[in-house]
Amino acid sequence: MKYVDEFRDGAVAQGLARAIAREAVAARRYNFMEFCGGHTHAISRHGVTDLLPSNVRMIHGPGCPVCVLPIGRVDLGIDLALERGVVLCTYGDTLRIPASNGRSLLKAKADGADVRMVYSAADALRIARQHPAREVVFFAIGFETTTPPTALVLKEARESKLGNFSVLCNHVLTPAAIVTILESPEVRALGTVPLDGFVGPSHVSTIIGTEPYEFFAREYRKPVVIAGFEPLDVLQAILMLVRQVNAGRSDVENQFHRAVSREGNAKAQALVAETFELRRAFEWRGLGTVPYSALAIRPGFAPWDAERRYALTYRAVPDNKACECGAILRGLKRPTDCRLFGTACTPETPMGSCMVSSEGACAAHYSYGRFRDREVAVPVAAVGGRTGVAA
Amino acid sequence: MSAARETMDDRRETASGDAPNGAAARVPQRAEARPAKRDRLQSRPLDLKRGRVDLAHGAGGRATAQLVEELFLAAFDNEWLRTMNDSATLAPPAGRLVMATDCHVVSPLFFPGGDIGALAVHGTINDVAMGGAKPLYLSAGFILEEGFPLADLQRIVESMARAAREAGVPIVTGDTKVVETGKGDGCYVTTTGVGVVPPGIALDGASARPGDAIFVSGTMGDHGVAIMSKRENLEFETEIVSDSAALHGLVADLLAACPRVRVLRDPTRGGLATTLNEIARQSGVGMTIDERAIPVRPEVAAACEFLGLDPLYVANEGKLIAIAPAGDADAVLAALRAHPLGANAARIGSVVEDPDHFVQMTTTLGGRRVVDWLTGDQLPRIC
Repeated sequence: MKYVDEFRDGAVAQGLARAIAREAVAARRYNFMEFCGGHTHAISRHGVTDLLPSNVRMIHGPGCPVCVLPIGRVDLGIDLALERGVVLCTYGDTLRIPASNGRSLLKAKADGADVRMVYSAADALRIARQHPAREVVFFAIGFETTTPPTALVLKEARESKLGNFSVLCNHVLTPAAIVTILESPEVRALGTVPLDGFVGPSHVSTIIGTEPYEFFAREYRKPVVIAGFEPLDVLQAILMLVRQVNAGRSDVENQFHRAVSREGNAKAQALVAETFELRRAFEWRGLGTVPYSALAIRPGFAPWDAERRYALTYRAVPDNKACECGAILRGLKRPTDCRLFGTACTPETPMGSCMVSSEGACAAHYSYGRFRDREVAVPVAAVGGRTGVAA
Repeated sequence: MSAARETMDDRRETASGDAPNGAAARVPQRAEARPAKRDRLQSRPLDLKRGRVDLAHGAGGRATAQLVEELFLAAFDNEWLRTMNDSATLAPPAGRLVMATDCHVVSPLFFPGGDIGALAVHGTINDVAMGGAKPLYLSAGFILEEGFPLADLQRIVESMARAAREAGVPIVTGDTKVVETGKGDGCYVTTTGVGVVPPGIALDGASARPGDAIFVSGTMGDHGVAIMSKRENLEFETEIVSDSAALHGLVADLLAACPRVRVLRDPTRGGLATTLNEIARQSGVGMTIDERAIPVRPEVAAACEFLGLDPLYVANEGKLIAIAPAGDADAVLAALRAHPLGANAARIGSVVEDPDHFVQMTTTLGGRRVVDWLTGDQLPRIC
């Protein structure tokens, strides 16, 4: 498949892997955090870890919107759907996030709530237009990439004076979360989480550019490489990080020149600025309350803001005591350090949010990597070659 | 078909003159199969152009009998149905019988490369064939929603009839029920099939042994992506058609050439990945497969890429997985590829010893990963 196969080429990957192994200094360890769940998924799905030398370790970061959404926010959505009888529209994985009292949006749907999976914010707007007698709420989640489409439907709803549509906004910000990780006691004082650099998500930077990372790369002396989501992109970013560490540099570098610029997408940024403002604080699962880390809908759009429209009050709900999602999201623990992993908590019956989305650290390890947990791996037998029609 | 056993009544209902234009002149295909004209239950035939299913069609009275005669019997016509008994009387063949049943709730009902009717025939024939059997007879059950257009029902039934004829497997009995508007989704079809296993063939999902070779008969994911391309909210332009096909011919050729084949299974819901996990668990083994060896059409790979799907988990309706001793690998591949439905067959991996029954894959990148069971439902109502 054109434009995909080129970025998954086995021979090029082996070349990059050799370069990383050659340049990584044997006497030291390299701990890099891939912030974004998309990278976690790509690394697991393509087996990128197998191509890295043992002294280069990837730590999974909190950049998975489903994983960091706190229970209390999901509860707001469930209550709207069950008690107010609204049509609640949201992206697929959101349906399975465990909420309080063993609930989830999927279970609310089975209990009779009108919960619908949509592929885009525009679909939610369309549903509102098709059902003028129903109240329709779009439960918006995601980082900077999914924010502009939400901004667009808010603008469209206001322009067309759509009276039965609103947005429950849970949009969060990448740089704020990275700063929180760098400010955490584990990283700053205790040194229990050694972090030598970040792989930054390219789709976020197509919107915000690379410039927002320059402050903390300088301030915290951590190199950042903005990388694409194909496995070769990730390998190349790792090589770039190894080189920065070796040279004692902490720059923001752009591996994804094919779509990312320093300034980002000015039009999308203006759209977001017009419709959203910074929240003073927002609770993240795993990171706790993070100042200025999320967006709220501007007062000018109040009639389309579900929080105002339904006078919603947020109630924080603690995670299951045994669940280690918080420590895993901060890079403090690995999925297998959690007692629930693979026993009480599996992709079919997730207890913690990291097991819900395929981008979550636990789900990725469970679905793609759990053979590594055995002491002796089963050897992979050589099999037949490529067939004519293979993509 | 059942429900058609009331005494035939030649009483004519009144006002034949107000029949809708053209309706009276409509003669179903293979009209000779129908009972003699004088036996007709209603003065006016079904309005197959504009008519709709109503509750009377499922009530067991004349309307049901008329639907059965003018639509189902006209299309499926065979000696068993013609008796108009509640059941089909069949002579038992020598050998072991295989029986399988399959419910079909696919949405949309009509999709590129097929429809629910042909799918219902292919699906059950394939389940019987995966047991190593030659399929002999089918039954068909219909759950129809009040208001469903008779024209759509006729299209489905004629497609079923065509698929059954092409496969050489008659539909010998059936049933129809109607549910109120809103209680169904147009049309659901359940088919059951019976077949007989030739002597010397013993297929079982529990028979895979370490060292065996694993094959697929063609490209993965065509059916699921074809369905997806026509889903509401998601329609996209594509040339991909469903691979819906009856595989018993391919199976017969394969087993004739390689009777030592141990496992056959069609990777429908959950795709290749889930089906391999089922077999690994049943057989108490592990598997290793090579991503580069798995045939996937470029257009299917592209669609999966932008939909966020993995082709290994997307349903197929005209493909099989075969597991055979490694020594037979060349013969299996040659037999599969010699058949038109197996032209793209490939050896994709091997069975290994593994107490955890993992299916592992070497990625195109040269890394490794688990290929796990499907979690949740990435594509509801695919078949």
